[in-house]
Amino acid sequence: MQKFSAFSLFRQALGAHQGWKPQWRSVKPKAAYDIIIVGGGGHGLGAAYYLAKQHGLRNIAVVERGWLAGGNTARNTTIIRSNYLFDESSSYYEHSLKLWEGLSQELNYNVMFSQRGCLMIAHTVHDVQVFKRHVYANRLNGIDNEWLTPQEVKEFCPPLNISPNIRYPILGGALQRRAGTARHDAVAWGFARAASDMGVDIIENCEVTGITRAPSGEVTGVETTLGPIKARKIGVSAAGHSSVVMGMAGIRLPLQSNPLQALVSEPVKPAFPTIVMSNTIHAYISQSDKGEMVIGAGTDGYVSYTQRGGLHIPAHTLEAITELCPMFRRLRMMRSWGGITDNTPDRSPITAKTSVPGLYVNCGWGTGGFKATPGAANLFAWTIAKDEPHPINAPFTIERFREGALIDEAAAAAVAH
Amino acid sequence: MLLIKCPYCGERAEVEFANGGEAHIARPADPMALNDEQWAQYLYMRDNPKGLIAERWRHAHGCGRFFNALRDTRTDRFVMTYEMGQPRPDITPEQAAEAAR
Repeated sequence: MQKFSAFSLFRQALGAHQGWKPQWRSVKPKAAYDIIIVGGGGHGLGAAYYLAKQHGLRNIAVVERGWLAGGNTARNTTIIRSNYLFDESSSYYEHSLKLWEGLSQELNYNVMFSQRGCLMIAHTVHDVQVFKRHVYANRLNGIDNEWLTPQEVKEFCPPLNISPNIRYPILGGALQRRAGTARHDAVAWGFARAASDMGVDIIENCEVTGITRAPSGEVTGVETTLGPIKARKIGVSAAGHSSVVMGMAGIRLPLQSNPLQALVSEPVKPAFPTIVMSNTIHAYISQSDKGEMVIGAGTDGYVSYTQRGGLHIPAHTLEAITELCPMFRRLRMMRSWGGITDNTPDRSPITAKTSVPGLYVNCGWGTGGFKATPGAANLFAWTIAKDEPHPINAPFTIERFREGALIDEAAAAAVAH
Repeated sequence: MLLIKCPYCGERAEVEFANGGEAHIARPADPMALNDEQWAQYLYMRDNPKGLIAERWRHAHGCGRFFNALRDTRTDRFVMTYEMGQPRPDITPEQAAEAAR
């Protein structure tokens, strides 16, 4: 692996940048692996990386239907935060946030993690009470979160309109200063490069069409468009297609796949210093390093795998944003797209063993999986390697829907979906 | 935005409707006889198909009535809508191919 540094950049510059090599090996699948990860997004590539790095396993393949990180990894709004209400969730997301903080150094790859803060705006008395409860709950768990008055909100994010005369005036906000954004592609590519360097085979354009099992029940491998591949363990990290892939092993999941849309504006100079979210009127905005305003819209309320959605959904978000930030009223929107999110009834993920021996699943991240990329990958790798969950992801089972031990984060999502 | 045919009012814009999730999930006739696994299946587990789905819609900003629809989740094309209480209709391969197009 070519190490990236100021020195290597200088040396390649002397050779007119002709000496850079591909960042990961392009391989044909072998007949058998110890572990196959289904899904080459951030979560799947990260799981392969941590299996190799922390658990010493090398005979691993990641199989991806399309190209690396072309699904939800490329389609989200790159928000990273850990200000969730319940102990189970906040410890999971905080585990991830801590990994984000060291990720660029660890991978020798600039994931452009920028801790610019995340401000969740309150517009009603109910919002104020709920967000203050979040602030207190987070602080008890050692997670930074603080309450800002409307004046402090304005000082922290000047474009916001704190006039009491708008339809939903700003009554305050909860600010997590360690929250931020990162470059989505870089996370996946960084994990892929580091995993490939340790011997993980990354196989693109290879769709899994079946999961094969022994008469005794345990998995024996996968059928793919490039032929059958044997494996002792299979980890499914297929986001919106989790129900489809797990259905191949006869497992039903508590998931509904919905389109979630996002859009970006034309690029402008730095104008928006932080991430602002409003649950009540559904605004969700930050500015990328390229200068585009990155805007998250709502989910379309029906099952769909189309990776698009209705225009009225982003229009609703833009109405809210232009009321909160009047200076964006003449900003033109450049691109919009949709991703397929896998939503659980309690809006909490599943990172767990399944009833099928050798089959593991990491799914249900719904509308908020990007922030969890290193954390989920790390704990999914642990679960696969040790055949038991890490204490942090132990509550996030499929069985919680049978036992009633739901982790109801529906109200704690940044915006209502 | 989808164009949805309410069986009672005709074709209307999607914003008039609310989706009610997968159709034909009957409430258990004898709830006390169910074990936890059967309750979990009834309450939470879903087929979430990539392909044809039978689903409920409510014409919330119209007649207010529930009805069912057959739709292909790969294209969002409707095959048909039908009244509550009717069984899931059988469709021809041509209809399925048209919805998948």
